[in-house]
Formats: sequence, C-alpha cells, structure tokens
Amino acid sequence: MSDVQRRNFLKTSVGVAAVAIAPGLLLFKVAHGQSDDDSKVRWGMLIDTSNCAEGCNECVKACNKENGLSGGLAPTDSQWIRKIEIKDVSTGHQFALPMMCQHCAEPPCVDVCPTGASFKRYDGIVLVDKHRCIGCRYCMMACPYKARSFVHAPLHDQNPDVPRGKGTVESCTMCVHRVDEGKQPACAEACPNKSILFGNLHDPNSEIAKKIRAVASTQVRADLNLNTGVRYQGI
Amino acid sequence: MMSTSFALQHKKNRLYYALLAGAGLVVLLALYAVSLMEEEGHIITGMNNQIVWGMPHVFAIFLIVAASGVLNVASIGSVFGKAIYKARAPLAGLLSIAMLSGGLAVLMLDLGRPERFMLPALDFNITSVFAWNTVLYSGMFGLVIAYLWSMMEKRMNVYSKPLGVAVFAWRFVLTTGTGLIFAFLTAREAYGSAVLPPMFIVMSFAWGMAVFHIVQMVIYAWNDKELEPEILERKKRLLGIFVLGSLYMVVAYHMTNLYFAHRMGFERFILLDGGVYPALFWWGYVLIGNVLPLALIFLPGMKTRKSAMLASLAVVLGGFAFLYVFIIGGQAYPLNLFPGYQVSSTFGDGQIGSYTPSIYEILLGFGGLAIAFIITTVSVHVLNFMPHDKSYIAD
Amino acid sequence: MSVPGVRLLLLLLISLCIPNVWADQALPYKIDIGRGGHCVRDPVWMRKNHMHLLIHQRDLTVREGKRDKEIDLRNCIECHASTKDDSVIARSDSFCVACHRYEAVKIDCFECHSGIRKSAWLERNAK
Ligand code: SF4
Ligand code: SF4
Repeated sequence: MSDVQRRNFLKTSVGVAAVAIAPGLLLFKVAHGQSDDDSKVRWGMLIDTSNCAEGCNECVKACNKENGLSGGLAPTDSQWIRKIEIKDVSTGHQFALPMMCQHCAEPPCVDVCPTGASFKRYDGIVLVDKHRCIGCRYCMMACPYKARSFVHAPLHDQNPDVPRGKGTVESCTMCVHRVDEGKQPACAEACPNKSILFGNLHDPNSEIAKKIRAVASTQVRADLNLNTGVRYQGI
Repeated sequence: MMSTSFALQHKKNRLYYALLAGAGLVVLLALYAVSLMEEEGHIITGMNNQIVWGMPHVFAIFLIVAASGVLNVASIGSVFGKAIYKARAPLAGLLSIAMLSGGLAVLMLDLGRPERFMLPALDFNITSVFAWNTVLYSGMFGLVIAYLWSMMEKRMNVYSKPLGVAVFAWRFVLTTGTGLIFAFLTAREAYGSAVLPPMFIVMSFAWGMAVFHIVQMVIYAWNDKELEPEILERKKRLLGIFVLGSLYMVVAYHMTNLYFAHRMGFERFILLDGGVYPALFWWGYVLIGNVLPLALIFLPGMKTRKSAMLASLAVVLGGFAFLYVFIIGGQAYPLNLFPGYQVSSTFGDGQIGSYTPSIYEILLGFGGLAIAFIITTVSVHVLNFMPHDKSYIAD
Repeated sequence: MSVPGVRLLLLLLISLCIPNVWADQALPYKIDIGRGGHCVRDPVWMRKNHMHLLIHQRDLTVREGKRDKEIDLRNCIECHASTKDDSVIARSDSFCVACHRYEAVKIDCFECHSGIRKSAWLERNAK
C-alpha cells in the first residue's frame, strides 16, 4: 500500500469503528434507563446483621425446604440463599449475613437476558420465567451478587408450588408463591432472631418503610446503583 | 508421467474423503456429547455455578471472532481495491461462513435448553446485547452469502463492491457486539471495560488473518502451486502488524485495570499468582501467541513458507490461550461483594472457582472446528475458491 | 390419478391430521381420569383446547402474578391425578400420558412442574 492509501485505510477503519461502537454506548444508556417506580407495591427486605448469628443457618434451611432445594453444597448445586461470614481485616470485627437475589430495581440480569425470561414483576420481585429461559447463563455472568444458580441435572419430585427444572437458571423468588397468598417468605418467617424484616417498601406506613426511614441501612455494592430491594443494617 | 500424476490424484482423492470422514466422526462425537449433556444436564461438563461459561465458549468465541476477522482479506480487496486481496475475497468469505457456522453451532448446543434456541428471535429483549448479537450473526450470514454470490456470478458483479462495503461495516459491528457481551458485565473485574470491543476487533484481524494463511497455504500445497513469495511476504507482514496491534490492545486492557485500585487483586491473580491462568497467559498467549510469531515474521532470514505457516499456527494457539484465560480465568476470580473485607461462604464467596473441562465440552468445541473444516473443504473441492493471481503487479 | 382420486387422497391426508381425541366419543385407549368430576370447561372442548387455557394462564400467573383459582395446573392435577398413585404422569394410562402418547405429542410441563397431587405431596413431605 502506498502511504496515502494506508492513511485512507486507517481513516475509513477508525470511522467505521466509531460508527460501530456508538450504538453500543447508546444501548448502554437504554439498558440502564429509568424504570417505573410508581407501583404501589414493592416488596423488599431489611436485614439486621447485628442480630444475625454467626453459624446460624435457619433461613437457608427454611428456603431449601420451601423451594425443594437439595441443600447440597457442590459448585453445581443450587443455593438460593447463603450465609456469608465477613471479617474486617483491619479491625478483626466479624459478622455474618444472609445473601440472596437482591431484587434490584435496575436488574442487570433482566437487561442482559436475550429472551426476556428474566423479568421484574410489577411488585419488584425479579424472577426467571422458566418457560422462556434457554439456559444461556448470561444473567449469571451479569448478576453482581452471584445470586443465581443453573440447574445442572434433571430434577424429580419438585414442590408443586415451586416448579424448577434442568437447563434453566433460577434464584430466590422472594417466595413469590407465598407472598401472593399474603404470607411471608420462608426465610423471614424462620429466622429465630427476627433479623429479616419483609414488607412493602412503597407503603409509607409499613413497618419496613418506617424502619428504613429511622435507621441507617445500606445496599450491597451500592456503587453499582441497582437500587436493591434487599437492604442491610449494621454493615 | 501420465500414470504417476493419475496415481497422485487418486491418492489425493482418497485423502480427501478420509479427511472428510475424520471430520464427520468428530462432529458425530460432538453430537453424542451434546445428547449426553441433554440427557444428564451440564453436570457432566466442568462448568458450575461459578464458572458458568467454559470450554464451549472458548471455541465458539474464537470461531466467531476469527470469522469476522478473516473478512478483512475480502474488505481490503473490495473496499480498498487491492488486486491480490480481491483474488482472495471468495475464499475469505467462505471461511467466514464456515467459522461462523461452527461457532454458532457450539454456542447453541451448549445452551441448557437448546431446543428453544429460536426464542431470542421471537421474544426479543431489546436491551440485551446477547439478543442483539443473534441479529448480527444472522445478518452477517446473509450478507456474506450475498457477497460471495456477487463475486462468483458474473451478472451480479456490479453489486460486489457495495456488498463488500456492507460486509466490511457489518463485521465491525459484529465484533463490537462480541466485545460488548463482556464489556457490559460491569460488576466483574475481568470484564466491564470499554477497551474490550476495540480489543476484540483488533484481535479478530490477527486471528482471522492467521486462519486465512493456514488454509491458503494448505490449498496451495494441495494443488501443487506456489504462492508468489512477494505476496506471501506481504501478507506475513500484515499478520505481524495485526499481532502487534492486538498485543497493544491487551496491554492497554491490563494497564487500565491496573489503574483502578480495586482491580489490582484481579490483575495479580491473572498475571501472577493464579496458577494455570498466568501460566497460560505468559507461556501460551505472550510467548507462543506473540513472541514466536513476531520473531518468525520479522527476524531477518525467515523468508520461508514454513515460517509463515508456523507463525499462523502459533497465533491461533495463542488466541485460544488468551480466550481461556480471559473467559475462564475472568470468572474464576470471585465477585467482590464487600470490598476491603474477607468473606467466606458455602457458595464460593471469596474463593477462587475451580474448573476442569470435561471431555464432553471439549468434544463439543472440536465439533465446531470440524463443522468449519467440513464446510470449507467441501466448498473448496466442488467450487472454485482457489485464489487466481494475475502475474504479480506491485500496487 | 383422476381428479376425484386426488381429492379423495387429499381428504384422507387432511383427516389424518385431525387428532382422534377431537372425536366426540369414547377414546380408543385406556385412560385413568383420576377423580374426574366437573371440569372447568366442557370435556370435549378441553380435549382440543386445554393447552391454550394453560398457556394463557401461565403467562398471566408467572409474568403478572394474576393467579386463577380454577385454571391452575395444580388444580387440574388435583382432580385428574390417579387415585392409585396421585400422579398424572406416572403410568402409560395416566391422565396426561395416555392421550399424549396416543397423539405422539411431547409434554414439556413436567420437567419442571410436579405431576403429583399437591395434597398428597404435602402429606408426604409433612415431616
Ligand atoms: S441480585 Fe442478581 S439476580 Fe437478583 S435482581 Fe439483582 S442482578 Fe438479578
Ligand atoms: S439463562 Fe435464562 S434467564 Fe438467564 S439470561 Fe439466559 S435465557 Fe435469560
């Protein structure tokens, strides 16, 4: 190539690359755009970590039983909720908390799902529609909380209220089948220390809304601006 | 005289069918692996809830990225009007389609629910880069086929230039899309970087060019033809420039990561103390994928065809090494939910994920390669994809 | 072939495409209808259209949380699971299997959904 041609080649290439990247950036905006936040209901949780005992596993057990999870701990087993033991390296302060799907208001899993299988209900609960999930696992890559599990093997004898199956992705449903009946999620009910407060974040008179106004609470990875439905107190 | 060439032809024919049968067997084995994965679930692969994308994705992404890059040869021909590249545009287009088919087949067959693969097209989620990519891939298919047709059919020749430009633009968008799949994963330290789309574009040049070299040299050897040394030399040097370019992008990617304090831990892991990943990165990607080919290309006295072949093979191997480190190493490093704290749990928090690829997923990956091989070989055999150079004129 | 011949052949072919269960008569195979009783719609209509009801309701339930007491897979199973083994899928004459096998239509539901009568499942898993 002569110099002029080379320069032309470069110019064209850079131009085309810019044209190619621009829609990507635009898409980024769309993906992180506004959501309808005026629904009357938004289910959420406030978890008091100072009450949550290290070594206690009652919420996890209750979840496994309610949703028919095996409770196995292999890397291929589903875990919808887990206890994380946390240690502040500088002070030695230790504590523990339950971690599960944070039911983000701006859920990355929903943004990336190619089929729309991952979706957010009107009441803020984030679910996988297993009728649509193709098992691509992109949502698992996108979730900042490692909240999702992939069903690695065929399942049998599922709970009639909680359909789950091989080849699809699943995560905490906030016990949607119980919530729709007016009950509490199993973990919240099972916690012996009443560390998990469940309720409607959008009802100013609900216990959870009042408490969130009164005490300091945080979102895990608040830097990501996902507006999580699960909040923590005492971190 | 006559009879020896006839015997040779006969032998070649036999070899041709043997090669095809071999590749067919690999495809069959891959399908067997897929049916087992369907039956028993992904439990029989090495993938798990921490390493959710594994070996199939390494193969698939290599094939797809190289499929886009190989079109570079065609683009230089039709967009920039270079005769020697123009003569090679049909072969480049064919390779692109072949690799795209192989890569997509692997990606699709790895799904947890492969029978629903049409869903993204029906229930399109507009915010998903993944869904976007399905459009990009099918568009690419259509465009390249039209482009090939326009080159091979005399009456369609007039459309060859605009179609070439369209393919040229489309493939940039496509590789950008591939890069964006990772760039959108903002929560992960390995990904979520704006450098990724351009990095993938430049890498696609190098990988595509390397694959093209390999195939072209094999075809020439098969037909007992010699590639003119000038042409070979130029294309070798172009490969060298692409390799340098992609190395530069990889350095930039790691440097920007090092710039962010919170990504230091990840960089330490992937470049220094992560066991197999740093080893693969330095020995596989840097040494075999860059130093070796660059030496073969640019050191004086390396003018043989053999060195070009070796350099291309090394670039391909290096590409695989890079993707393994990028995709699997990137997931092995745990998500950091509580920066500055030490964490542990039953679900791998604070722990490096472990991954051992199983034979089934490796079979699936090779199945993709075999599909690409079969499409290429059969097409080259029945149609005329052999580059025809007029006696070489410097342009 | 003559024109009437072609017509006859076509007719035959078309009639082959009509599932046998649409016929308003006794079914040509053995089926365990469980408790049975009064269905949410007319049984003949159901044979033809149950999947539309189910799919429509499934999207409402999963996506919008609008659950329906009547049209609910669990409700179907409650009535139609065999009284012997509490299942709609366990045997070749179970309620769902009998027809679907005859018509050679794959059932996708029970890879995820339980095919067991909920009341029986709860009893078994009461511990
Ligand atoms: S925590 Fe993860 S799975 Fe749950 S809504 Fe947020 S991104 Fe989705
Ligand atoms: S695995 Fe299922 S839910 Fe997750 S992104 Fe893919 S299709 Fe959507």
